[in-house]
Amino acid sequence: MTDNVPIVRLDRVQKSFGAARVLDGVSFDVQRGEVVAIVGKSGSGKSTALRCIDRLETIDGGQITVCGQSLDSPSLDLRRLRREVGIVFQSYNLFPHLTVMQNVSLALRKVRRKSAAEAATIAQRVLHQVGMADKAQAYPEQLSGGQQQRVAIARSLAMEPQLMLFDEVTSALDPELTGEVLQVMESLARGGMTMILVTHEMAFAAKVANQIIFMHAGRVHEAGGPEILAAPQTPELRRFVGNGL
Amino acid sequence: MSYKFEFASVLAFWPDFLHGTWLTVQLSFLATLLGFLLGTLCAIGRRGHIAWLRRVCGFYVEVIRNTPLLVQIFLFYFGLASVGLPMPATVAALVVLVINVGAYTTEIMRAGFDSVHPGQLEAAECLGLSRPQIYWNVVLQPAMERVYPALTSQFVLLMLATSITSQISAEELTAVANRVQSMTFRAFETYLVVAAFYLVLSFAMRLGFWLLGVVIFPRRRRLGTAL
Amino acid sequence: MNNEFNANHLMYLLHGAAWTLGLSAVGFVGGSLLGFVVALGRIAPSRWLRGSVMVYVQLVQGTPLLILMFLAYFGLSIAGLDVSPLVAAGLAMTVYASAYLGEIWRGSLQSVPRTQWEAAECLSFSASQRLFLIIVPQALRIATPPTVGFLVQIVKNTSLASVVGFIELARAGQVINNALFEPFLVFSIMAVLYFALCYPLSLWAHALETRLQVGRRVPLGT
Repeated sequence: MTDNVPIVRLDRVQKSFGAARVLDGVSFDVQRGEVVAIVGKSGSGKSTALRCIDRLETIDGGQITVCGQSLDSPSLDLRRLRREVGIVFQSYNLFPHLTVMQNVSLALRKVRRKSAAEAATIAQRVLHQVGMADKAQAYPEQLSGGQQQRVAIARSLAMEPQLMLFDEVTSALDPELTGEVLQVMESLARGGMTMILVTHEMAFAAKVANQIIFMHAGRVHEAGGPEILAAPQTPELRRFVGNGL
Repeated sequence: MSYKFEFASVLAFWPDFLHGTWLTVQLSFLATLLGFLLGTLCAIGRRGHIAWLRRVCGFYVEVIRNTPLLVQIFLFYFGLASVGLPMPATVAALVVLVINVGAYTTEIMRAGFDSVHPGQLEAAECLGLSRPQIYWNVVLQPAMERVYPALTSQFVLLMLATSITSQISAEELTAVANRVQSMTFRAFETYLVVAAFYLVLSFAMRLGFWLLGVVIFPRRRRLGTAL
Repeated sequence: MNNEFNANHLMYLLHGAAWTLGLSAVGFVGGSLLGFVVALGRIAPSRWLRGSVMVYVQLVQGTPLLILMFLAYFGLSIAGLDVSPLVAAGLAMTVYASAYLGEIWRGSLQSVPRTQWEAAECLSFSASQRLFLIIVPQALRIATPPTVGFLVQIVKNTSLASVVGFIELARAGQVINNALFEPFLVFSIMAVLYFALCYPLSLWAHALETRLQVGRRVPLGT
């Protein structure tokens, strides 16, 4: 019975920024081990939906349940829940005054309360996983965008989250650097990590995602496997796919 | 101009000048340390969720920054003594200096905290760090790096401002100068000598802060970026 | 004997406050004129000029204002000139303000984008035309918030003129306190009066900053 409980459920979620209705009744489920890609043009609300999942934004209506807990529950321990959710941002947001190793091990020591030695071991392992082990002593400003993004992925990965969110993580990168990041994300997906990605990389989404959600004007217009991109049902998705590919 | 400059009688008081300098240094050092602490805590208070704390910190900063240090000293030293709370001049001087520089430091640190990109705060929050942990590990160092020149200048100004405490007879350098000039009748020379002492102190302080910066900001040290 | 703080005392304080404003004006105007020279000197082509002006600024900024007041007071008498506290205090405030305003304005001049200097050069303006017609008007915009902010410093620092005997607000307060022995009351009223003079200026400086969006500049001082 518990196997079918989705790890993330959005149920008729509404959100407005001032007068602008950004999310207008968004509903979808994400199962454990699934890779979900949310696509759509700018302003469709996809990043907002993702940010709501980690409670970076609060919602005005509907309900979001993450790892079995409702985000508007008064007894929610947000800090504890956030340990289970990793998020990687478009602008990496690495801590500039810390080395790569320190960036990755900070939360391990302070939040998961690992000893310095344990934290270093785990950090070393995830850095190796993303291919950045040799840059452990570098500062973020010494790295390229693609390298910084991989460190950002490692930083979230080190916490051993149940779920990872990716908010347009390659959009700020030069084209030749996106490949290394997508490669890391693909290997994470193959390793069974539950992932929700907001992305413009349609080919990548088609290749790696189990479920694709197309959002338009704050609503889910179409959802399904990667085949919906090849055979769009709605005119909006048809237009979007025609422009993108 | 028939005035003959004569420094010998003034310079004969060099032990007194050194004593005065020593108190100036002590006052400056302690006031810098405690003032920085007070200012940082107040800056955190001003940015926090607790509304009354924000208002109290704001009120404190505006009152101190819009009244002269001399008035603050008089009010504290003479005013408190008159309502039954007398204290040694040196103690009063230190307390007022701390309160005074704390207000200016609050604003400097606030600017520093505000300069940290909100994205980093989001990243830290999403890693599960608590607010105090975020301040200590993510915000404080970059903020200090950003405002370090302003902090240095402010604390040098503080050292120069210790001269005002001579008005309540704290025996720092300016008070010594006042005493010496009344004994030698060489006022101009005395104050010139004392000005030289302050200049040396200013220079030494800036050098000290620069060295401190090299020590506490390893990224700058390693990447060679100027502070 | 009259031992209560009354309207006469308040009038005396307000009279002192007027002198505070007067001395502030002297310091600001004098400091501005000299400060402008300082600013120009700091960006002059001649290295010797730049160096000596920098030394001047470092000397003034490295000396407490109180000491500058004493030096002005006793220095003037040595020079055989009439030593009224107003003149001495005015001279000290002028020198003090010139160093700080000079630095503020130098920064403003240098903040005007390089491209403006170059464009003016390409339009065949002479050096002084370029400066006064193109650069200074733009620098004025940038300079206004910190200049107003420094004005607050000037007003507060006039309190030190009391030490060389100039009867401004701080001195007036001391005189009254010596008569009444009510330091808490008298100095509190004095503080309120200074606040009334300074706070509007601080607010104005802040408003200017926000309106001109010149990025947050934190005023330092005592």
